[in-house]
Amino acid sequence: MRELSLHILDIVENGITAGADCIHIDVIVSRAQDFLTIIIRDNGRGIPAEKLNKLTDPFVTTRTTRRVGLGLSLLAAAAERCDGKLAVAVGTAGGTKVTATFQYSHIDRAPIGDMAATMATLLMGNPQIDFVYTHAIDGEEFILDTRELKKELGDHSLEDPMVIHRLGKNVRTSLNQLRSNADKPEAREKNHGKTNDR
Amino acid sequence: MAKLTIDDLKKIKEETTKSTSIRDGEANIKITVHMGTCGIAAGARAVMNALMEEMAEADRQDIRIVTSGCMGMCSSEPNVTVESKEAEPIVYQKMDSNRMRQVFKRHVLLGEIQSDFALAKM
Repeated sequence: MRELSLHILDIVENGITAGADCIHIDVIVSRAQDFLTIIIRDNGRGIPAEKLNKLTDPFVTTRTTRRVGLGLSLLAAAAERCDGKLAVAVGTAGGTKVTATFQYSHIDRAPIGDMAATMATLLMGNPQIDFVYTHAIDGEEFILDTRELKKELGDHSLEDPMVIHRLGKNVRTSLNQLRSNADKPEAREKNHGKTNDR
Repeated sequence: MAKLTIDDLKKIKEETTKSTSIRDGEANIKITVHMGTCGIAAGARAVMNALMEEMAEADRQDIRIVTSGCMGMCSSEPNVTVESKEAEPIVYQKMDSNRMRQVFKRHVLLGEIQSDFALAKM
């Protein structure tokens, strides 16, 4: 995958297939500590214990259309390539938490990419599912919580392509703003002169 | 800088009510974008976003967009299935945003099947 946001889209689709109705997506960047962490939490049915230690084996999959499953394997490879790792935990009451860490400045780290497109795609394809997306860069946060949006706009408003399209644009602008805020000279001072990727 | 501001929400809300489109009507056409790992790696997200733009422009209440997983034809991804009440479902293969726009404008809106891009009838 060329962008981490595509990995995120892929792993979230796993959670949806597992019957989740609320999915948390966290992207946490700390340039001072030089890491990037992606956490995806769902409240789906979880993963059976006997499968848990074989998750990143591409030949382990629950699907029936073909015999290989690459989603988690690809993300694990992407993380390990950047001196990071992938961890998958399953809660006692079901639910799965996928954590991928990356060295932020690693030369092989793919850019985060177009998270707005990922979110718009998720919203468009899964109107019945709630998403809580948090993007933090050096402590500055952007949060998109569809539960709040639905409360404010009415239950069915997030099924309208026009609304999702506008929301996507809105998310893109907010993320750009978040990045440029983090790149201001005072902020850059704190981060030892490192600038953010675009 | 946190969350979407209430003003943003209000603006979006205004547009929703303007387009009067809380979609109660029955769906005549269903468009499925296949979003497995293979589809995503091959560019299904760009296809989806092009489709969304076309939908926003067309403002038709009887078209549903859904995503689904891999259907086992990874080599022809991104795949898009168009199902309508009158005709049999058509699976389109190797889609990109331009092909998607063409399929939407011709097949979905006008009913002309784009056989150049079609993989199969189902």
